[in-house]
Amino acid sequence: MTDPTPTASPPLLAIRGLSKAFLGVQALDGVDFTVRHGEIHALLGENGAGKSTLIKTLTGVYQRDAGTVTLEGRAIAPRGVEEAQRLHIGTVYQEVNLLPNLSVAENLFLGRQPMRFGLVDRGAMRRRARAVLMPYGLSLDVTAPLGRFSVATQQIVAIARAVDMSAKVLILDEPTASLDTQEVAVLFKVMRTLRSRGIGIVFVTHFLDQVYALCDRITVLRNGRLVGERRTAELPRLDLVAMMLGRELEAAAHRIALPADDAEEDARPPLVRFRGYGKARSVEPFDLDIRPGEVVGLAGLLGSGRTETARLVFGMDRADRGEAAVDGRAVRLRGPRDAIQLGFGFCPEDRKKEGIVGALSVRENIILALQARQGWLRPLPRRRQEEIADRFIRLLDIRTPHAEQPIQFLSGGNQQKALLARWLATEPRLLILDEPTRGIDVGAHAEIIRLIERLCADGMALLVVSSELEEIVAYSRRVVVLRDRRHVAELRGGEVAVDRIVAAIASEPAVAGEPRP
Amino acid sequence: MTRSVSGPSRTLPQYGALAAVLLANWLLFPDFFSIRLQDGRLFGSLIDVLNRGAPVALLAIGMTMVIATRGVDLSVGAVMAISGAVAATLTQAGWGLAPVLAASLAAGLLCGLWNGLLVAVLRIQPIVATLILMVAGRGIAQLVTEGQIVTFTSPGLAFIGSGSFLTVPMPVVITAILLGVTALLVRMTALGLMIEAVGVNRLSSAGAGVNTPVVLIAVYVWCGLCAAVAGLVVAADIRGADANNAGLWLELDAILAVVVGGTSLLGGRFGLLLSVVGALTIQAMNTGILLSGFKPEFNLIVKAGVLMVVLLLQSPTLTLFLPRPANPRPVRAPAKPESPSPSAGA
Repeated sequence: MTDPTPTASPPLLAIRGLSKAFLGVQALDGVDFTVRHGEIHALLGENGAGKSTLIKTLTGVYQRDAGTVTLEGRAIAPRGVEEAQRLHIGTVYQEVNLLPNLSVAENLFLGRQPMRFGLVDRGAMRRRARAVLMPYGLSLDVTAPLGRFSVATQQIVAIARAVDMSAKVLILDEPTASLDTQEVAVLFKVMRTLRSRGIGIVFVTHFLDQVYALCDRITVLRNGRLVGERRTAELPRLDLVAMMLGRELEAAAHRIALPADDAEEDARPPLVRFRGYGKARSVEPFDLDIRPGEVVGLAGLLGSGRTETARLVFGMDRADRGEAAVDGRAVRLRGPRDAIQLGFGFCPEDRKKEGIVGALSVRENIILALQARQGWLRPLPRRRQEEIADRFIRLLDIRTPHAEQPIQFLSGGNQQKALLARWLATEPRLLILDEPTRGIDVGAHAEIIRLIERLCADGMALLVVSSELEEIVAYSRRVVVLRDRRHVAELRGGEVAVDRIVAAIASEPAVAGEPRP
Repeated sequence: MTRSVSGPSRTLPQYGALAAVLLANWLLFPDFFSIRLQDGRLFGSLIDVLNRGAPVALLAIGMTMVIATRGVDLSVGAVMAISGAVAATLTQAGWGLAPVLAASLAAGLLCGLWNGLLVAVLRIQPIVATLILMVAGRGIAQLVTEGQIVTFTSPGLAFIGSGSFLTVPMPVVITAILLGVTALLVRMTALGLMIEAVGVNRLSSAGAGVNTPVVLIAVYVWCGLCAAVAGLVVAADIRGADANNAGLWLELDAILAVVVGGTSLLGGRFGLLLSVVGALTIQAMNTGILLSGFKPEFNLIVKAGVLMVVLLLQSPTLTLFLPRPANPRPVRAPAKPESPSPSAGA
């Protein structure tokens, strides 16, 4: 790690007291952020921390409410990405924001093509494009459409464009999210080269291994506030994870000890059994057993592969390797319909997009999965539908004026309860819940946790993804911890505690300093 | 089977529009409602509206379900031309009535299957997917008729277009039967729910286990069938098939009928009967303008004006001012206390 030599001159980029609110919600609250010449600076935080708001406010996509931004001592206030680029702040997003149908050269010089006699000088453009890409080790056909190249190459072209447009600060927003190991290595080489040229790089990522492999400093945000800025070399992983999750680790170890019959319990045959199950670029192959009457928690940082694991188990995404078995019999999960036939249910993280059918009534939403499993030729009589809907509305205390209310008019917590009702109506054997308590009010939150415990006591198997570690610890018999798309630890019985989970998330990978596979 | 789309306040604009257009016709043309029986068949302007409106009403039945899945089928006019061409050509070649009808309907089913596969399996946007057949279909129909206008003299086939059953013209009877069969098919099974669910949110529906590709293919196949029936009715009526002009632009009238009937192009709730009402409203308007003696130049403008009023009446912003329906059934109290366990016996 090369530390920049401290100088009296102002830092490259200094953000002081930056605030931004949306409709009264404080997305950024007096945040300071400093980027120095020739450093790679990781900007980290969980969901809702304010990373993307910070970047968008910095590049002028949003207008700040308060605070100052100075670049080399000069106050700036760009009103858009274009203007930010002119002010030497370049941004490259995970989804490359270039034009895939134009050639590489055209993308590099879009809006600033070399001209001759009032026309675009294509020859000069090609020559300059090759020259610009040379330092990046890219020798490719610059006349070919950009879309023909890999995401990694497109990203490097985007970086080259930003740097060629005299960027002094380069913001890379999750550039590695869809790259494989080799591509990540190439990108890292480019980033190190740019650092040595004095460019300040802001690196947003979810992969802690990459942070430690590459970054000089780390700034952590949480809930729109600055938690702190540290030198990477001086910040142990455990402390970093604690900063991100916002926990005092000493106070975390409280849990009623489980009966010591874990070994005996584990001898029971599992309901579902996954071996070497995984999907390329989604989650590394994992083993997972879930027994009846058992809650298995999936814990990890955002982007660690929690959701991906849940989706593979339900067949929402199709695994490309490994085996699955239910009751000891091999099964194939080609889609949700297969999983439902096997007695699985799944409440997705994005309720609105993948869960509720907004314009349909609460009744129709509740009976949908049961009806779909029965097939269209065996309709549930209206009376039966109403009985089922009414029963679950009462049982789960779903607050709705009547069962015919379109579900989109219910609050988040009540929508979540209706989705739970949808699956409970099918009497599932395995219920998969992805962030069941996200975005719902405190009362419904507690009810859903009580419900999870009750279902488990009734002998149902549950697989629960949650960012709320206390919550996971409260109801899980076992906790699988994920990091960088890999199952890294399985805690059971007395080991299930917040500090143990945090420690597992922060644990060093086998080969330190290597980019994530 | 009370659906929110057919609740009293939501259906007011549709029936109101039809009533208003009929009333206007009556004011312009006092004989409008007079119906007489002649040679065992009903005649009169009102019957004419029903009879002339039949092809678009038939198309609208299939189109309603396609639109309910958030799709659209631009090829129905071309499918009409194909089915008419098949019927006329085979009749001229000496085929019997039953095989002619079967071949013609099969052609429609096949067209629907093609559309359905493009939309459901290849995931092509419906408007683009059905545009292919809209363009190619007329070419196919011309190939079938070898570029000629094929005429025939089969009394059996002609009966479908100009005959009558219990004094009611056959096109009207056929429309009523197809409407009834379709309504039974979607409302007595769970198909209607699934169509609406897919239209509102395809991802959520798939996640809940709805077989979304099959639902999508089914609605396009049924839409193709409806178009084939409409094509048969038109060909039978004129006793010939004109591959260039049969059903020309009728896909637009069918879409309009569905929209006037209150089914949203954004998918979801649909009303089959209301779409037929929409088709009849359009036809009543056409007839009225014809009877009124307006210059033909005014026709389209008058039509557009009336349609705009109907659509405005349905706009969510305006419906806020209309009376709301009484609260539906409240959540029922349990008949007997039951186990607190939510997983017990669903």
